[in-house]
Amino acid sequence: MSSEKQKLRPPIESGCPDGFQYMHPVMRKNFGQWAYHEHPRPGVLKHVALNGDVIWTVKAGTQRILDVFTLRTLCDIGEKYADGYVRFTIRSNIEYMLSDAKKVEPLIKALEDAGFVVGGTANSVSMISHTQGWLHCDIPGTDASGVVKALMDELIDEFKNHNMPNRVHLTTSCCQINCGGQGDIAINVQHTKPPKINHNLVANVCERPTVVARCPVAAIRPAQVNGKPSLEVDEKKCICCGACYPPCPPMQINDPEHTKLAIWVGGNHSNARGKPTFQKLVAAGIPNNPPRWPEATAIVKQILKAYKEDARDWERINDWIERIGWPRFFEKTGLPFTKYHIDNWKGARNSLNASTHIRF
Amino acid sequence: MDQKKIYPTPMLDILEEGPWPSFISGFKRLRDKHPEKRINEMANSLLGQLEHSYETRKGYWKGGTVSVFGYGGGIIPRFSEVGAAFPESREFHTLRVQPPAGNFYTTAMLKQMADSWEKYGSGMVTFHGQTGNIMFIGTTTENTQHFFDEINEYGWDLGGAGPCVRTAMCCVGSARCEQSCCNEHAIQRHLVNTFTDDVHRPALPYKFKFKVSGCPNDCVNSIERSDFAVIGTWRDEMKVDQNEVKAFVKKKGRQYVIDNITTRCPTQALTLKDDDTLAVDNKNCVRCMHCLNVMPKALSPGDDKGVTILIGGKRTLKIGDLMGTVIVPFMRLDTVEDYEKIVEMAQNTIDFFAENALEHERTGEMIERIGLVNFLEGIGIDVDPNMVSSPRQCSYVRTDGWDEEAEKWFQRKAEEKAAAAG
Repeated sequence: MSSEKQKLRPPIESGCPDGFQYMHPVMRKNFGQWAYHEHPRPGVLKHVALNGDVIWTVKAGTQRILDVFTLRTLCDIGEKYADGYVRFTIRSNIEYMLSDAKKVEPLIKALEDAGFVVGGTANSVSMISHTQGWLHCDIPGTDASGVVKALMDELIDEFKNHNMPNRVHLTTSCCQINCGGQGDIAINVQHTKPPKINHNLVANVCERPTVVARCPVAAIRPAQVNGKPSLEVDEKKCICCGACYPPCPPMQINDPEHTKLAIWVGGNHSNARGKPTFQKLVAAGIPNNPPRWPEATAIVKQILKAYKEDARDWERINDWIERIGWPRFFEKTGLPFTKYHIDNWKGARNSLNASTHIRF
Repeated sequence: MDQKKIYPTPMLDILEEGPWPSFISGFKRLRDKHPEKRINEMANSLLGQLEHSYETRKGYWKGGTVSVFGYGGGIIPRFSEVGAAFPESREFHTLRVQPPAGNFYTTAMLKQMADSWEKYGSGMVTFHGQTGNIMFIGTTTENTQHFFDEINEYGWDLGGAGPCVRTAMCCVGSARCEQSCCNEHAIQRHLVNTFTDDVHRPALPYKFKFKVSGCPNDCVNSIERSDFAVIGTWRDEMKVDQNEVKAFVKKKGRQYVIDNITTRCPTQALTLKDDDTLAVDNKNCVRCMHCLNVMPKALSPGDDKGVTILIGGKRTLKIGDLMGTVIVPFMRLDTVEDYEKIVEMAQNTIDFFAENALEHERTGEMIERIGLVNFLEGIGIDVDPNMVSSPRQCSYVRTDGWDEEAEKWFQRKAEEKAAAAG
């Protein structure tokens, strides 16, 4: 064994750590013994335990990709103005937990003075859960971080206030795999042209049967191109989903012009009121226009405005649309209804209206 | 750093404007203010490549094979396709590190991680990526090992990447939430830490995710985003504090309560009585959580708590979106034996998945292909009407085993009755 090999250290396979060691003592003490919570102001939660103990939570939005300076600033604030215990939500907000009510306002001030945004609780617009994009992904059609920054600049007041009928979860994804997840409003890449194939590289880079198997519509077949083993795409069948691109990078799906954005609404994971719902396509063909994606931002604001004006308290976007119907949704948002809105995938028939239930 | 070497970033500069915190400003701090030259150069190079992406509207990273000694996954390898132009970020791998259940940290621990990351990485980190990992973004192949060695010594392990059991997630749960119906943190750790080998050494047909939510509000999106969703619920009557109901009615008004609570109940299980108390038809309550969300002080889950398990959630690739399907309508999770039972069920599910799924097929897709009944038989679970929205509507089915199946049902019901009688 070489000396280099001997130096290699076997990993400790400790897996997922126990969170108790990092939990605020009041939360440790009252684990599973909480009575109720209140929203004293946007960005602040007050949880009361059965024995009367109280834990305060202050939630703040950040840039998600933190540099170590920002991380240390967040920690310093937590030590100086709170008790040094934090957690992160699934939408990458930071939450400070503290037991002394008197510290809440100074903590908020310290966070805001340092440029962070306190909010994101209850019926506000959430921070956008999103993906890596051009910064780090190997198949991105856009830069989610940039789209998110541009949108949150515009929606900051909705993050800081409880003005919406119910909570609004936004997501952004850089390809149709949709790692950002379902959302009340999702801004996702939508490719509009088949992949451009670099036939010189396919044989060396791609495992061809895997790529053929990956296509959801069986549009890819093995072929000899210019005397080399490659792949070809039946462009009439191709749905431009990009599923062939990860296993075969020479099948370039991203295109500066034809990679567009689409907007989906009504995804809701909660079981509250109705069963969980998937998001539905409402707008496509939106230019992928860095650095501020103004066209996408405008449509999101248009949808939010209609929702805010028309939905009833506690209606999520899917609840609201279910009550008013899709024709009214398109009317109220001013978005066009096209042939692309009518599903033709497996199970599509379930989305057709087989009744005389029509709102006039 | 040397001003002449700084890549111009006119498009990214625009993302420094506006009130929301800017990730670009953070990268520039690393470029301009960090004492470590290696980090300055790495940030500069990364900004250069990102600007190039903004100008050309394309990404320039490719994958590869990088892991740490003893593991086969956990790293997202990234090699630049434009490394000649931006050499200092030519290798820019991400380490996926498993957070604690519930995503809790002390600031002291975060600072310790920041110190380690500064020694070996770019200084960029995200809490958390969409799978739920801490993402330490940007380091070289060599430093991937050094960084892992250092943080692994003080309690941190890699998460999953590739076709393997992935890092799990749970909500804040019992630590802070009155709606919690189970110990989310214990469930997450019992499940995912049974499979550390399958997390670190990708050998499954495709990814497999666990997510745990303490109640049907499902704050970690487990039904849609995990192959194995565990969601807290309760079987007995919800608790109603009628004095709090009356106080709520007094404060918000009757019409508000009718419009926002009773008429929103999906099974019409609520009645606001003339004396402003609330009557609940608990037999028809589906535990949707809406009324508890609106009146958390007045309404609470009951005492007979447990979990519902749904299997097969996933996003579009390749056959379209699938929500998880109810496989276990209710099970208690109180005793060691209860936990052994859920772990065994997860093992059976993953074994069946490993043996029967096609390459790159998720659990939900496999079930779609082979049918739910074959999956249930494979993992040894009996059919239950809670698994379906409705029975079959198409008459094209062969039913020549009907009598035996009916007999099984009656026998099972008799056993359940006997067990309940004690």
